[in-house]
Amino acid sequence: MKVFVAGLNHKIADVDVREKLAFNGPKLEEGLKRFRELPEVHEAIILSTCNRVELYANVKDNQRAAEAVKTFLSEFHNINRSSLDAGLYIYDGVNAVRHIFRVASSLDSMVVGEPQILGQLKDAFELALSQKTTGILLNKLMKKAISVAKRVRTETRIAENAVSISFAAVELAKKIFTDLSKRVFMLLGAGEMAELAAKHLISSGVKEVLVSNRTYERACDIAKEFNGKPVRFDEFIDEMARADIVICSTGAPNYIVTKGQMQKVMKERKQRQVFLIDISVPRNLDPEINDLDNVYLYNVDDLQGVVDSNLFERKKEAEKAEKIIDEELETFLRWQSTLDSVPTIIAIREKAEEIKREELDKLFHKITGMGEKEREAIEYMAAALINKMIHPPTAALKEDSEDKDVLVATIRKLYGIDGKKE
Amino acid sequence: MDVLPFELALTFYFAATIVSITELFKESKITSRIMFSLAGIGFVIHTASIIYRYIAAGHIPITNAHEATSFFSWCIVFIFFLLQFRYKVNLLSSFIMPVVFMLMLSSSMLPREIKPLSPLLQSYWLGIHTVFAFMSNAAFALAFGIGLMYLVQERHVKSKRLGGLFERLPSLQTLDEINYRLITWGFPLLTLAIISGALWAQSTLGSYWNRDPRETLSLITWLIYALILHARLIAGWRGRRAALMSMLGFLIILIAFFGIKFLKIGYHVF
Repeated sequence: MKVFVAGLNHKIADVDVREKLAFNGPKLEEGLKRFRELPEVHEAIILSTCNRVELYANVKDNQRAAEAVKTFLSEFHNINRSSLDAGLYIYDGVNAVRHIFRVASSLDSMVVGEPQILGQLKDAFELALSQKTTGILLNKLMKKAISVAKRVRTETRIAENAVSISFAAVELAKKIFTDLSKRVFMLLGAGEMAELAAKHLISSGVKEVLVSNRTYERACDIAKEFNGKPVRFDEFIDEMARADIVICSTGAPNYIVTKGQMQKVMKERKQRQVFLIDISVPRNLDPEINDLDNVYLYNVDDLQGVVDSNLFERKKEAEKAEKIIDEELETFLRWQSTLDSVPTIIAIREKAEEIKREELDKLFHKITGMGEKEREAIEYMAAALINKMIHPPTAALKEDSEDKDVLVATIRKLYGIDGKKE
Repeated sequence: MDVLPFELALTFYFAATIVSITELFKESKITSRIMFSLAGIGFVIHTASIIYRYIAAGHIPITNAHEATSFFSWCIVFIFFLLQFRYKVNLLSSFIMPVVFMLMLSSSMLPREIKPLSPLLQSYWLGIHTVFAFMSNAAFALAFGIGLMYLVQERHVKSKRLGGLFERLPSLQTLDEINYRLITWGFPLLTLAIISGALWAQSTLGSYWNRDPRETLSLITWLIYALILHARLIAGWRGRRAALMSMLGFLIILIAFFGIKFLKIGYHVF
């Protein structure tokens, strides 16, 4: 019994390949069922997200399992078998476990540290549980992977810094202002990125939203969407004195606010801090505005710079995470090795011998004046007793059976072997 | 006997300083709890040592350089704790504890014997005037620390380099508001110190104003802080400018405090 992984991710396959292999919607349940029914596969989980398709299994022979999985994938998704030969990664044993831990901890993600993957993995596991396609090995593995991911999250700062422009903007706003819920936010213009950033800011809770646009109707529409107040474009500079955070994306070919104008705005708002975000290309806010006291002007490149340096930070934290994974890998392998039959056979024997020794000692202590012969006879009988008792489980363990791991775990539990060791 | 509590307090402040400096690099709930415990124990022992000296001398222990510096540190730690209860300013200890430790260290190296109080100073005004003066200066010291934190954070945001302490320092607005708050605590206290000093001078020297260098420098600091408050209310001087001004104000206080000791002029010399 071995952990087995076959799959592909964004690093080795483009989206057109990934979508062909994806198990989405009803395909997932059906696929999982058929994957589990393969004779080479004893336990099965399928993880299918937009960036990866991975099949986890408990297998005995990884070569045969790899062939079977490829055939299964090509039949299920109706694609060329030969294209799969080079296009998949296959891991087994230690490497498979490590891979799953890295996926769960978001080290294998496109954006390292992104939090969604753990939830997706949990969902895949839950589906497998409800379909009863997993057993002792994968259940333990999944629980471990989830706890490893949580440990990585709490012990490293891998998920701490904002790695998208709109999150970076919110993060910055929080370092300029004490309380966003007392701040007035203004959106100048429109555009996908601007509206996304606006959404993030508004969902962090601002007091008031002002929206201005070259066409007033458009301003009214957007204002309605954000529950804000529309402002006529020729009046926005007057309203700007009230705005603490401004996102600008108007598509104008020139600066719509100059340094001189901003100076007046600042005077009017008594120099209270203001955060300007210029998402437009070409830029709409004169970059020299940033030289004014208490004005913080960020353009798209500045925000991208913040995001990039955060990504760099994450890489450093990822190294720490790899160390954690190494540690956890070891404890998991130790557990897995207990599922092997040989140590269990030895443990049963040791346990029986121990009981025999204890009981004989007690007996010989109580009854004194026993002859050498009687002693030997009693010892012989005790040995015969335990041998007869442990023979059936030992024989069952030595037999080659399909559910050996379950048997091993059951026997260990019945004989209380792990309870004593750990 | 009075040596031991002082050294103990110094030791605890030293340990707290070390922890607070390590917090600049790595900080957790545990380190901040250790820092506060160490500083707290140091403060309690420090308080005891000041009370002991008060009893031994029979007047507020503030009449030689050792005592004055020690009492000044005590006021700073006192306001530091007040501020932490009220605002919980992250990393403030890293900016304040080293200052406290340096002051305590210099205090430890100054002569400690209790000399008979000069008849000029024997008055109930001594306690009133000095407590006002030291408390106001301590508030300004904290404003200096907060101002420095503001400048560090401002540099991060303005230059768009968000590494270093950016993540852990409070927001600009928070720091700006606390800086202002501290000046609104310190300024009335300084005013009271100057008024009580003038009344005291009148009662002993017969004149409210004696052109003592300490008096002149106090007036200058008073004017600076008055200007900060005025400029903020009228012209909206806040943020970087306010932080810089509050730091300048405190530097003048330090010059006044130590400069007069070295030059030994006027009756504020101890």
